[in-house]
Amino acid sequence: MAGTAVLGIVTWRTATVVGLRDETPTARTLALAVDDWPGHVAGQHVDVRLTAADGYSAVRSYSIASAPSSDGRIELTIEQLPNGEVSPYLTQQVVVGDELEVRGPIGRWFVWRPEQSGTIQLVAGGSGIVPLMAMIRSRASANSTAPFRLLYSVREPVAVWYRDELQAISDHDSSVTITYAYTRTAPKDSPRPPGRIDAGLIAHSTWPPILSPTCYVCGPTSFVESAAGLLIASGYDPDKIRTERFGPTGEQK
Amino acid sequence: MSSQNYDYLDGNAAAGELSKIFVMDVTAAEGKCAHCGTTRRFAEAHVYMQCPGVVARCAGCEHVLLRLVNVRQRVVLDVSGMTYLSLDTAQTC
Repeated sequence: MAGTAVLGIVTWRTATVVGLRDETPTARTLALAVDDWPGHVAGQHVDVRLTAADGYSAVRSYSIASAPSSDGRIELTIEQLPNGEVSPYLTQQVVVGDELEVRGPIGRWFVWRPEQSGTIQLVAGGSGIVPLMAMIRSRASANSTAPFRLLYSVREPVAVWYRDELQAISDHDSSVTITYAYTRTAPKDSPRPPGRIDAGLIAHSTWPPILSPTCYVCGPTSFVESAAGLLIASGYDPDKIRTERFGPTGEQK
Repeated sequence: MSSQNYDYLDGNAAAGELSKIFVMDVTAAEGKCAHCGTTRRFAEAHVYMQCPGVVARCAGCEHVLLRLVNVRQRVVLDVSGMTYLSLDTAQTC
C-alpha cells in the first residue's frame, strides 16, 4: 500500500510456477512467483495468458486464493473444465518451473481489506469460494476480529475446496462460522438433505439482516443471481451486496 | 428461472481487458446509464465476453453501456451508453 503509485498500471508480468497442490480430483492450486508483483488485496483476480509456439494466445481470469503477502507470490486454484482450452493445461500439464504471463491484480470493488471491521457474510457457489477464501485467509493473517460467516454451496463433499483449512480456522476462531450447502449429495451427518440454497437456509445460516453485514457473493452467474435475490428477499440491503460472476469465459461451449 | 439466460458475466470480468485503456480501476467506478439513468458500479454491469471484444450492459435495463473491440493493431471503445463514468482517484491497492 504505502509507497505504491496511486495509479498502478496493470501490465503483463512473468510468473513462474513454484508449487502445485491438488485440492480435489479436478482442481489444482498453482503457487506462482510473479516478477515485480505489486501486492494484492483479497478478492482481486488476475488474467493468465498462455501463448502457443505459433503465436496463438488465450487469456483467462482467475481469482487469487492466497492472502496478501509481500513475498511476490500468489496462489490460484483452477478447476478443470470439460472441453476447456486453458484449464486442462493448467490443472494437468503444468510443472514447477514453467512460466506463464499474468496481468493484475485486477479489481478494487469485490475486495475485503483488513481495515474493514464490520460484519461479513460470504456466499460461495462452487469454485466461487476462491476470492472468499482469500478474504478468510487475509482476515487470519492480519489477526482481524471481523465477524465472518461463510455459506458454501457445493455439489458433493468431495468437491469441497480447502476443507481442512476452513475447518481449522473455524475451530480455532469462534467468530468464523462455516455452513455447507450440498446440492447433489450430502454426507450422512448433514443436517439438511441435498438441495440448493433457499430462503430457509439463508435465514438459518447467515447473519440477521439487522446486523447490516456486507455480503460478498461469488459463483456462476445463475448462482449469484439466485443467492443475491434470496439475500435481498430476506431483508439484506442491496447496496451492501457485492457480487462477482464467473463462467467459462472464452472457453469452448 | 429456467427461462433466464445466464450467459453474461459482470464488470469484474472485463476489468483486465479495460486495463489496456484505463490506468484506474473500472470495477469500482460509477457509471450512469444513458438509457434508464441508473447509476451503478461498473462491477455490476452485465458483461458479454463471447464476442470479438467486450459488451457491457446495464444490469437494470440491459441497454448497452460500453463496447470494446480489438481490431488488429487497434482497440475501439464506445462508451456512448454511459452519460458519465466516475472514477476514484484516491484508490489505493
